[in-house]
Amino acid sequence: MATKILTEHINVPGIETFDVYRKQGGYTAVEKALKTMTPEAIVEEVKKAGVRGRGGAGFPMGMKWSFLAKPEGVPRYLVCNADESEPGTFKDHYLMKNIPHLLIEGMIISSFALGANKSFIYVRGELMYVIHILEKAIAEATAKGFLGKNILGSGYDLELVVQPGGGAYICGEETALLESLEGKRGNPRNKPPFPAVKGLYQCPTVVNNVESIATTAWIVNNGGDAYAAIGIGRSTGTKLISASGHINKPGVYEIELGVPVEDFIYADEWCGGIRPGHKFKALVAGGSSVPILPANLALTLANGEKRLMSYESLSEGGFQTGTMLGSGGFIVFDETSCIVRNTWNFSRFYHHESCGQCSPCREGTGWMEKVLHRIEYGHGHRHDIDLLVDVARKIEGNTICPLGDAAAWPVASAIRHFRDEFEWHITNPQEATQPGAVYRGEMALV
Amino acid sequence: MEDVKPQLLKVTIDGIEVEVEPGTTILQAARKIGPEVAPPAMCYYQPLKGSGGKCRACLVRVAAGSGKDPRPMPKLVASCITPVQDGMIVENNTSPQVIDARNGVVEFLLLNHPLDCPVCDQAGECDLQNFAFDHGRAETRYEEDRRTFDKHDIGPYVQLHMTRCILCYRCVYTADQITNKRVHGVLGRGDAAEISTYIGKAIDNDFSGNVIDVCPVGALTDKTYRFKNRVWFTQPVDAHRDCPTCSGNVILWYRGEEVIRVTARKNEWNEVTEFICNTCRFEKKKTSDWTIEGPTKISRSSVISANKYRADTIKPSFGQRLAAAEYKPIHDERDTSQLQIQQLPPERFAKVLPSAMEPEP
Repeated sequence: MATKILTEHINVPGIETFDVYRKQGGYTAVEKALKTMTPEAIVEEVKKAGVRGRGGAGFPMGMKWSFLAKPEGVPRYLVCNADESEPGTFKDHYLMKNIPHLLIEGMIISSFALGANKSFIYVRGELMYVIHILEKAIAEATAKGFLGKNILGSGYDLELVVQPGGGAYICGEETALLESLEGKRGNPRNKPPFPAVKGLYQCPTVVNNVESIATTAWIVNNGGDAYAAIGIGRSTGTKLISASGHINKPGVYEIELGVPVEDFIYADEWCGGIRPGHKFKALVAGGSSVPILPANLALTLANGEKRLMSYESLSEGGFQTGTMLGSGGFIVFDETSCIVRNTWNFSRFYHHESCGQCSPCREGTGWMEKVLHRIEYGHGHRHDIDLLVDVARKIEGNTICPLGDAAAWPVASAIRHFRDEFEWHITNPQEATQPGAVYRGEMALV
Repeated sequence: MEDVKPQLLKVTIDGIEVEVEPGTTILQAARKIGPEVAPPAMCYYQPLKGSGGKCRACLVRVAAGSGKDPRPMPKLVASCITPVQDGMIVENNTSPQVIDARNGVVEFLLLNHPLDCPVCDQAGECDLQNFAFDHGRAETRYEEDRRTFDKHDIGPYVQLHMTRCILCYRCVYTADQITNKRVHGVLGRGDAAEISTYIGKAIDNDFSGNVIDVCPVGALTDKTYRFKNRVWFTQPVDAHRDCPTCSGNVILWYRGEEVIRVTARKNEWNEVTEFICNTCRFEKKKTSDWTIEGPTKISRSSVISANKYRADTIKPSFGQRLAAAEYKPIHDERDTSQLQIQQLPPERFAKVLPSAMEPEP
């Protein structure tokens, strides 16, 4: 039986309430941390655990914590990034809705470790009912003495604030999130300075994803070494995967990192295979911003070994034959999916969500969307494909924040792996624009 | 007590070493060397705090992060916001990757910026025009509809032509930093973002005219000057007056005997160093209002200096550089002696294109 760190008790009736959560062993990690551990010891355990940021970038969480500047007389802040809005990713939402106290427990431990006395949970504004759930849970935890002044008599104070966001994707980028939290337009900041030095209100700040923060309770209770023993290589612990698309059992699954992609798709424990009568065509493994892979490359590495659900294995081969684990937004496409239409759809999203600050992203995302729209609707030219590749190349890496990369990668990878399909759209516009028309040429279907 | 000077940092840009104080950005260090290695800047404006990092025109490659950590930076960085480290090695014009990225930035900026230079009041003073001349190309690959905006009246003095705006945010920073109450800013998102005033308000304060000077393109123009003349037909003259509101140091732009425009003075990087008030800019247009100092030194390679070069004026070099870059020697090995074609000696080319005669590597 696979280890469950975040979702072990998620199906217990009433787990969203303090009493039930407490009965299941909740808040014991807060007691342990505040009564028996120093903040440095907690940071050390998180470092030992090797947990990598679960928001998408995969940056080691302990290392991020250790970068936090600690000037005298200046407050420090912890901000939980719950602005989940990547197409295909819905695992934080699931966690907060079903087991809010796990996040609150993680926030208390993490804030204590970082020396923050006021912490924020920045939630996407559309999820108002989740905000109500969190606020209720915070009220319960405060009433029981786990939040507020002098928590459990330890002398540590913590105020936890839930802040609804305005509903812009860019506010999930950590510096744009901080701008938004300060009440300003959600534009990403130039880096350096990084938030660890100058973050919220110009004070040292750590921004972590919901899932990352939620793991700290288990790490404190069981130790960083126990966490690091789960998973594979530098991909330690478990990961929530939000699986969607043409699979039999879409949903949120907690897996130990290192499970073969093939098993994750076909095993009954998880996705339960491709929907009956259809074949696996393509995979977006980590949310819409990561490169798309054709079925054969999704399941196997270039050397023929099985590809695993881990940071290293999914990125094996670079962007030529690999992709990224990202936020764990696992989208499966069968042969009825039109890659051109799908790429246009993703591109449309990034065009809409670009903040417009820097010129490559502001202008380039719109350009790509318009060209893809033209191709999809039968007005493409042969040179459009190379044009798209070139535009994507000129956006990638040249923008203030990673939204430019997020917009460029799906387009560049779709053309890299499914160029025939784009060409078919251009050379057979009559056929391609028929309702439900999909390219049926030679491709690796599994 | 002896002053302790900060330890200077050595940075090499395009093979030229320069020493700068800690906290200096790559762009400022490059400007210290000179215009040959200074990256272009469309949004960075030194007098405006917090500006820069948006247009991505000044991207450079950091080939070595510092003397202690000589690893190259993985991506191109915006030189206007990246501080130098001791021992840093930067590639600007010498990096094909940088030139390629800049070509891309020009193309992006021109997607929605109308090429109406013949009727635009900024022609001759347009940073984007110069940037495009240095890094752009003659044709576009963009076939889609251009972004356009409805006209929006923002007051008696300043004309906003949003269609031309490249969203550099300079005017927003200017209004934020030198006026008491900013009423305009950026609305909307992505390529639908626009500079606008809050619910149709007019820009009305003593220093509002400065947004015209900082605009790198023709999006914000002077209503008292628009369509009066082309800038290269005017004669700029430095002048000052005793102004209770601002420094009163300005440039008067003459057409014949008439002052047709008043602007703030700019440094060699086309940046206003002393912002001026609206009274000086819009209301004092008689020579008798001013004490004339003498002809303005046009130090940038600008069309303003056309036909009126002074001995100390730096002449534009991009034309020669472009010609040299695109120069292709003709290998005509036919016997032309019988065609009676006069053969030009190679020295003749050398006079026109000094770099064209350099042997190919």
